[in-house]
Amino acid sequence: MFQLLHGVNIDWMRRRHIAFLISGACMLISLVSLILHGGPRYGVDFTGGSLVEIQTTPALHADQVRAAVDHAGYSGSEIQELSKPGQFLIRVEVKPGAQSPASGIAHAVQTEHPSSKVEVLRVETVGPRVGSELRGAAIKAILFAMGLILIYVGIRYDWRYSLGAVVALFHDVFITVGALSITNKEITLTVVAALLTIAGFSINDTIVIFDRIRERSKTLRRENPAKVMNIAINETLSRTIITSFTVFLTVLALYLLGGEVIHDFSFAMLVGVVFGTYSSVYVASGLALEIQLWLERANAGRPKR
Amino acid sequence: MTRSDQWKLYLTIAFVLASVWTLWPTFQFYSLPPKVRQEVLQARPNMATTEAERLKLEKYAKLREKAIRLGLDLQGGMYLLLEVDTSKLGPAEAKNAVDQVMQIIRNRIDQFGVAEPSIQKQGTSRILVQLPGLLDQERAKALIGQTALLEFKLVKTEEESKALYDRIDAYFARKLRGGALPDSAAPDSLLHPFSSRLLTTSHAEATVLSENVPIVDSMIRQLQADSTFVSDSRLAWDAHDTDVAGRTARALYVVGRDPLMKGSEVASAQMRMDLDAARPGAPGVSFNLTSRGGALFGDITGSNVGRRLAIVLDGKIQSAPNIQEKIPRGQGSITGSFSEEEAQNLAIVLRSGALPAPVNVVEERTVGPSLGQDSIEKGLRAAALAALLVVFFMILYYKISGVVAVVALFLNILGLLACMAGFHATLTLPGIAGVVLTIGMAVDTNVLIFERIREELRNKRTVLAAIETGYARAYRTIIDAHVTTLLSSFALMWFGTGPIRGFAITLSIGLLINLVTAVGISKMIFDAWSVRRKLSSISI
Repeated sequence: MFQLLHGVNIDWMRRRHIAFLISGACMLISLVSLILHGGPRYGVDFTGGSLVEIQTTPALHADQVRAAVDHAGYSGSEIQELSKPGQFLIRVEVKPGAQSPASGIAHAVQTEHPSSKVEVLRVETVGPRVGSELRGAAIKAILFAMGLILIYVGIRYDWRYSLGAVVALFHDVFITVGALSITNKEITLTVVAALLTIAGFSINDTIVIFDRIRERSKTLRRENPAKVMNIAINETLSRTIITSFTVFLTVLALYLLGGEVIHDFSFAMLVGVVFGTYSSVYVASGLALEIQLWLERANAGRPKR
Repeated sequence: MTRSDQWKLYLTIAFVLASVWTLWPTFQFYSLPPKVRQEVLQARPNMATTEAERLKLEKYAKLREKAIRLGLDLQGGMYLLLEVDTSKLGPAEAKNAVDQVMQIIRNRIDQFGVAEPSIQKQGTSRILVQLPGLLDQERAKALIGQTALLEFKLVKTEEESKALYDRIDAYFARKLRGGALPDSAAPDSLLHPFSSRLLTTSHAEATVLSENVPIVDSMIRQLQADSTFVSDSRLAWDAHDTDVAGRTARALYVVGRDPLMKGSEVASAQMRMDLDAARPGAPGVSFNLTSRGGALFGDITGSNVGRRLAIVLDGKIQSAPNIQEKIPRGQGSITGSFSEEEAQNLAIVLRSGALPAPVNVVEERTVGPSLGQDSIEKGLRAAALAALLVVFFMILYYKISGVVAVVALFLNILGLLACMAGFHATLTLPGIAGVVLTIGMAVDTNVLIFERIREELRNKRTVLAAIETGYARAYRTIIDAHVTTLLSSFALMWFGTGPIRGFAITLSIGLLINLVTAVGISKMIFDAWSVRRKLSSISI
């Protein structure tokens, strides 16, 4: 048998306060970045607006494209050069009632630089009202998913675990959003899909550990809860690492080879998988333990009064 | 092998055969060269010239029917969300308007010729139009979004027009002076705030320099919004710019408020190049009226000989020819500076009728075919690399048991793709991401089981007992993990839109199949393997 991490005996729970500190710091960094950037950077899906991706052959310079777009009167536009030479992503605002500016932009660049062939690769135009609707739907989907998980875990296990699981889940999603904010990436519909998948994986990891804690609580009834949790985490550690590692591999493949369109999706997944693994070991179980200890202290205090 | 094991084996074989059977057309279709596939997508049955070619096209079309469809993001195409603006309609009209708009748009698209268009109603006032593989997006958008309200209106006489302009001037002059009329010595811009901005050679057809068009237009809108300004005349812009002494300008007409006739009387319309004698070869549209419309048109032209009849499309004047004589046969034509495509579009929209209410594009997503192809290749390459890494790692770590896991994983993907083909589901880019995550979950299921079996082996159980308890104990965890992930993907299906829903559907199907393949089928293989050989050790 070729084994990793068999028979480890780490006292995870004794160091849980260090973990809380690290988690707190990561969340604080995310929060600061979000405040500095004035909230998450929403893509056109949620703000409304227009996004045009063009390919110019032979490749034009970003300045040439910017000048052409400015001359055409699309003020407030933002031009980003993509990794492939001659590919540009142009974002413009859409005024209510106005026609989609996509064809106008391509046309403007083409007429100003007739020697270069301009091809429209992709257009996304979302009206401001649809944008806010999509945002509402995404938030609803996330809250609804979290609510369902909270209820299910609450029924199957215990509300203490349920709370720990949901806090861990929130922790992962929040830090991922923070990482997106630090790297100045946009939150689009696909990134929301990534956030929800992270939530799914995080809860999956957490449940595997909780399941073992519950099993061990029955056999080791006399042990103190911190020790039971340590045993459970250590016993499932090889599984946690192997699964996270394989998921990390698949997401890494998406990140490296998946192309421009799902780049942000796979970036979010990479961050989320790492934090999801860590949080199910520390945040979820650690919190469940804190709640249990707090309850015991409260119960111990009560008869004396 | 026990009797129930035999049944399991037969079921598994049936599952594999059914999956391969369902996926076979997909495999055949996507092994065709890309050029042939593109032809099948665009082809219409009448395009075939020979009998053999027709049969071949039919065969390919059938394959296409049964193959997994690719989303617009992968094959290229256009996604339009339209909103029908029913604000000017009564509640009863508004109710029917959306269905009418849908029908009319469907007619227009059918005549335009797009393979497999999808037109769906969304909510109460929205219509989702999806046009896969479409190349000419701007034209399609113009075709779908045009209201195409055709009206015939009489151009007012010089005197009537002059009177209207005087009233308008007085209206704005009062406004500028806060109610009182200015005295006659005031400058022209105060006395005639409106008509001083026009180049008037004729009152019925004035021109406005293009720099003045926005301000004049906003004044016209103010008048229309003011219900105290009552008139049986209306001001209407020409649809195209003209040239006045080297400067660009636009003509402004005074026409009647009520149309003499509407486009609903048009029976047929064609693009033609020979309508304008002054400009041979210039595209225009000729139309035939219904018999009722023809009679009406005869009456209108007969009683207005010598006057001008404006042909108004969506509020803009296309042309305003003089009525030379009574036109009895109900034929007419629209000329103007059209491009050939615009004229063709106009013919289509006239044939399929006007929209009962204007539509706005509220969401548009277009993916060019080259980017779609690029995404497919990259997505497949990423999936292949992911699968390879996982297979390599699992076999390295779990040896022969790893092979069992890989077989289960392969069956999972096979079943997932077969389900998609069977349900005519569409594979999108987020869908591919869903497949990749299914791979992750499938691997996790086997890791959970194998780690459990290893533990039981360490606790000195026999191979058979270790397998039994390993599966039994891991099973509970696996169910919990699957249920929670399924719950969140149901939330996505419920609230998510387009791309997110595609992701959630693939993930859900994949997870459900995983419960069969990673638990049921892999257990069956283990049982067959361990029972028959009476193993005392196991490669795990």
